[in-house]
Amino acid sequence: MGRKKTYEYCPFSITFFLVLCIFLGLQARKGKDMNMEQWSVGGRGFGSLLMFFLLAGEMFTTYTFLGASGGAYRAGMPTALYAFNCFYFVIAYWLLPPIWKYAKQNNVISQSDFYEKKYNSKPLGVLVAVISIIAVIPYLVMQLKGLGIIVSEASYGSISPHMAIVIGVSAVTIYVTVSGMHGAAWTAIIKDILILSVVVFMGIYFPLHYYDGIQPMFEAINTAKHEMLIFPKQGLSISWFISATIMTALAFYMFPHMLAGVFSAKSAKSLRVNAGIMPIYQVIIVFSILIGFSAILQAPNLKGPDTDLALFKMAKMSFDPWFVGMIGAAGAMAALIPSSLVLTATATIISKNIYKVWKPQTTDQQLARLTRLLVPVVAIVTLYFTFNGGDTILTLYLMSYSFMTQLFPALFFSLWKKNPVTVQGASAGMIVSIVIVAYLTITEKSIATFFPSLPQVIKDLDIGLAVLIINIVVTLGVSILTRKSITIVKGNTDISDPA
Amino acid sequence: MNKRILIFILTLIPALGSLVVINRVEPYVLGLPFVLFWAICWVVLTSLFLVSANKLQALDGEEEDL
Repeated sequence: MGRKKTYEYCPFSITFFLVLCIFLGLQARKGKDMNMEQWSVGGRGFGSLLMFFLLAGEMFTTYTFLGASGGAYRAGMPTALYAFNCFYFVIAYWLLPPIWKYAKQNNVISQSDFYEKKYNSKPLGVLVAVISIIAVIPYLVMQLKGLGIIVSEASYGSISPHMAIVIGVSAVTIYVTVSGMHGAAWTAIIKDILILSVVVFMGIYFPLHYYDGIQPMFEAINTAKHEMLIFPKQGLSISWFISATIMTALAFYMFPHMLAGVFSAKSAKSLRVNAGIMPIYQVIIVFSILIGFSAILQAPNLKGPDTDLALFKMAKMSFDPWFVGMIGAAGAMAALIPSSLVLTATATIISKNIYKVWKPQTTDQQLARLTRLLVPVVAIVTLYFTFNGGDTILTLYLMSYSFMTQLFPALFFSLWKKNPVTVQGASAGMIVSIVIVAYLTITEKSIATFFPSLPQVIKDLDIGLAVLIINIVVTLGVSILTRKSITIVKGNTDISDPA
Repeated sequence: MNKRILIFILTLIPALGSLVVINRVEPYVLGLPFVLFWAICWVVLTSLFLVSANKLQALDGEEEDL
C-alpha cells in the first residue's frame, strides 16, 4: 500500500508541464508588435527550424500518441502503415512554395483569404471559411476528448476528464489570445521533445521487456494472429490503403491551421527544406506502432473505444505512477498544442473572412482586437460541443478530412498559369461534393452500396477520393459553361503544370 | 529545362514507390516484418529524393520560380 502515496505525484508532472507551456506561450510575444500579421502568421518570419517544429507539431497529435498505437493494436498492419504517409511531403514540396509566394505578395493571412483573393470573390472566401469551420471544430473537439481521456488515465482517475479539458482549454486560450501563432510555435518545441522521448523509450522498452526483442515479438504475433501483419483481401485492403493515403495527403494542407502554418514561413526555400526533412521525423511513429503491437498479446482484452488506450494499459502494467504521469503530460500536450494552432487559424478566419465581409468598414486595428477576443469565444463553443456533442461530433469528425479534400481542386487549378476554373465552377464543385460526402457519411453508405457488382479493388476505395473525382468534373464543367463571365485574376503566381 | 523534368521525376518516384505495397511478413529485416520495413524504407527514401531535388533546384537558380 506504500505505492498508493506515489499516485499523488501524477497530477504534479502534468501541472508542471502545463505551467511551462503557458510560460513559454506568453513569453513568445516578447519584443513583437502584435498586429494582425504577427498574431495570425507570426509576421511570416519563421525559419526552417521553427517551421519544422510547427508543421511537425501538427503531425504529432493525439493520433500519434493514442491513434497510431491503438490502430496497430486494433487492426494491425493496414492502419499501422496508414500512419506513414510519404505522399504528404511530395505534395508539400510542389504545392506549398507557390502558395506561400502568392500569400506573401498579396498579404494573405488565412486559408479563406487565399481563395478570396485568387478568385477575387468574397462569397467564395465565406464559403471556404464556413466549410473549414464545420470541419475544424469537430477536429478540435476530438483533440479535447483525447486530452480528457489521457489526463484522467494518467492520473489514475484523480483528475476527471471534464476538469482536465476545462483546465487545458483555459491554458491554451490564455497564451493564444496573447501570443497567437508565436505561442503555438514555441510550445510546439517542448511538446515535440517530450513526446519524442516518451514514445521512443516505450517503443523500445515494451518489445524488449515482454518479448526479448522486436523480431521475437512479431514472430509471436505472426504465430498467434497472422492476419494482423498483412493486408486483408477486402475492407482494409491495399486499394483502401492507397486511396486513403492519397485522400489524407490532399486534405492535410487544406486545413486552415496548416495553411496558416505555411504562411508563417520566412521563405519558399524553408518550406521545401521542411518537406525534405519531415519524412525522417515521421519514422518516430514506428515506435508508437511498436507499442501498439506489443499490446496485442500482452493486453488482449481491450474492446471498442478502449483500444485507443492500449498505450496506457501497457504503461500502467510496466511503470511507476510518476512516469505514467510524464506520459500523461506528453499526451496532454499532443492534444493541446495542435489545438492552439487551430484556435489561432479559426479566430482569424471568422474575423477576417466572415465578419469583415459583413462589416467592410472595420479598421485593421479593430479587426486585430476582434480576432483575439474571438479566441475565448471559439474555445467556449468547442467546450460546449465537447460536453454535449455526442455522436454528431463523431460523424462530423469522420467527414472532416473528406470535406477538406474537396477544397483541393479550386486551390490546385488556381496555381496554374491560366486558371481554368471560374468562381462559379469552384463554388459548384465544393458545394456538390460536400453535400455528397455528408449524405454518404450520415447514411453510412459506401461505393459498394451503390455498385455491388464492381470488383473489390474499386469497392474499397476511399469515399473522399471518389467524390473528389465528381468534384473535379463539376468544377471544370461549370467553369466551361460560365467562362464568359470569368474575372481575370491579377498577380497570379503559378506552378508549371505537371501534367 | 531538362533539369526541371529530372527534379519532377525525383519527387515522383517516392510518391509512386511508397504506394506499391509488398504484402508479406517474411523475411524479417531488422526484426521488422517485411511490409513494415518496406514502408519505413520509403519514408527515408522520400526524404533523400526530396532533398536531392531541392539541391538540384537550388543549383538551377530556379528557387523563386517554381
